[in-house]
Amino acid sequence: MLVKTENLKKHFQIGRGQNLHAVDGLSIEIAENEILGLVGESGSGKSTFGKTLIGLHPATSGKAYYKGEELPQRFTAADHLKYSRELQMIFQDPYSSLNPRMTVLDIVGEGISIQGQHTQSQVKELVAEWLIKVGLNADHMSRYPHEFSGGQRQRIGIARAMIIEPRFVVCDEPISALDVSVQAQVINLLDELKSSMGLTMLFIAHDLSMVRYVSDRMAVMYLGTLVEMGPSDQVFFEPQHPYTKLLIESNPEPDPRLERERGFVPIQGEITSPVNVGAGCRFADRCPSMSEQCQRETPPITQIASDHVVSCHLFS
Amino acid sequence: MTDSILEVTDLSVEFATYGGRVKAVRGVSFDVKAGETLAIVGESGCGKSVTVQSLMGIIPMPPGEITGGVAKLNGKDILGLTSKEANEFRGVKIGMIFQDPMTSLNPTMTIGDQIAETLMVHRGMGKKDAFDRAIELLEKTKISEASKRAKQYPFEFSGGMLQRAMIAQSLACNPSLLIADEPTTALDVTIQAQILELMSELQRTENMSIILITHDLAVVARMADRVAVMYAGQIVESGTVDEIFYESAHPYTLGLRAAMPSNKTTREKKLTPILGSPPDLFHPPTGCGYFARCPYAMKSCEKMLPPECLLTAESNHQSRCWLQHPDAPRVQELFQPARTQEEAPDAG
Repeated sequence: MLVKTENLKKHFQIGRGQNLHAVDGLSIEIAENEILGLVGESGSGKSTFGKTLIGLHPATSGKAYYKGEELPQRFTAADHLKYSRELQMIFQDPYSSLNPRMTVLDIVGEGISIQGQHTQSQVKELVAEWLIKVGLNADHMSRYPHEFSGGQRQRIGIARAMIIEPRFVVCDEPISALDVSVQAQVINLLDELKSSMGLTMLFIAHDLSMVRYVSDRMAVMYLGTLVEMGPSDQVFFEPQHPYTKLLIESNPEPDPRLERERGFVPIQGEITSPVNVGAGCRFADRCPSMSEQCQRETPPITQIASDHVVSCHLFS
Repeated sequence: MTDSILEVTDLSVEFATYGGRVKAVRGVSFDVKAGETLAIVGESGCGKSVTVQSLMGIIPMPPGEITGGVAKLNGKDILGLTSKEANEFRGVKIGMIFQDPMTSLNPTMTIGDQIAETLMVHRGMGKKDAFDRAIELLEKTKISEASKRAKQYPFEFSGGMLQRAMIAQSLACNPSLLIADEPTTALDVTIQAQILELMSELQRTENMSIILITHDLAVVARMADRVAVMYAGQIVESGTVDEIFYESAHPYTLGLRAAMPSNKTTREKKLTPILGSPPDLFHPPTGCGYFARCPYAMKSCEKMLPPECLLTAESNHQSRCWLQHPDAPRVQELFQPARTQEEAPDAG
């Protein structure tokens, strides 16, 4: 396992006695050269998990391991310098994640400049090389972010993460801000980089069809907890947890005949607040198969197949 | 056609900017029939939002300018109205909901007051009656505890609830046409499913027509009766939802479909992106707008704009592509490989 977490928690203090349980005890493993897709509604804690995992948020409790080595709970500057060589992130919004006052050369080259193993001119050469690799032009490096379209900016964000040649990348909704035709370009680019560099990825998204297509395994989160995890096709085509079932049923397909045949019952209600959550299953209030036990006890993680786990009382 | 409630013919819209004039919409024609849903699909910048905004008369002029075309709602011209005339139909005959409900509603007024305002302005209702009606409308859009919710401000609502409130507001005057501009783009799939379901239900009970603007083909498949695909300010293909999905007749439509993974697509099969980027609408191409990105482009496509070719005599399936021109060599074979490649796994 390249990356592993054990009961990782991230709570935010949001006022007196108010604790927001963004990530509430997540245990996952990601093997070398694997893509784990992470899906869930907004507010389910998937981005926070990605950021906590690579030290952008200090963890509240629990453990995270990289190559078998425990990562510090709170990264120091030295830790950041050490781990940023191997752990990188691609952000969702290509508009707010690039500093508008820096040129592309500064943005893409900043990481390797800080690492300090390259001279100025080497940095420039590498930036030029990477801009070409991500499908931009070497002479784009003197420009500023506002001169690029959304898809081009996302490529700049990818070049910035990849130039360090990391082993593990957290892709936080890398395509949700992009047009369909450009999404395919970025996905294919990530796929090429994955095979050429032997990358391992945590691919966070809410587009279920895309996550199924991209990832080897899929993990579903609800209100900070893991509800189901297994091989992508298994989770997508034979979802077991009531939430996963409803989530996948809500996902429309680009196929009118299929859509007409679908007996359509959208999931009721909305995701509840993750502030000061108590015991019991988090999904209980929206769940069609809720029982009394669900309100009292937090369901354990149950293994239902060799590589498929579900957190639901129906299976325990 | 007699049963069309909205007929748009040859609409063109330009914007004056420092860089020159942007020709955002270049001769768009379509109609909407009573009770149906027309989806207008396209990428950012293709002019789909500008098209409907110019119908609503909410394009800032200047810099915007409607440079040509006619739009008739129930036979009555709606372009070039005075602002007083426009106020009388906007929100009354046509309701509109937007992508981002947070910024489209007034943050300093309660939800109930905002809906009531519409009724007071357009229906001349008193404050009390209007507020009561607002609560009814919120109930109609399935907002629980509507009377309590009506006294709350937008920041106290979630995104999905706000979109419901906006739908309630747009329904206030029983419009015959609802324009929904990317209504679910900012929402989660679960909430999207709820809102889409609500829209289809209201469409049935209120007998409304809907123009749905979206870039999401899955939402189109779920909602639309007919579809118009826009590219570079023009409608490149239009037809029923089945014609568009199963008999795509424009290379751009095919390209869009190949760029998305379907349920059957496995990792071994790469997605086929559409290479390049849309043309510069400061200087739109004289020929086909899709020429530079089209895998089937011919020399004539560069210089000459293809007409809207009817595919069969019986249907209304049109494609703005030279390959579909009656004089063109047989093209069925040309489109077939791309189509079977995409759909082959469906067979088994």
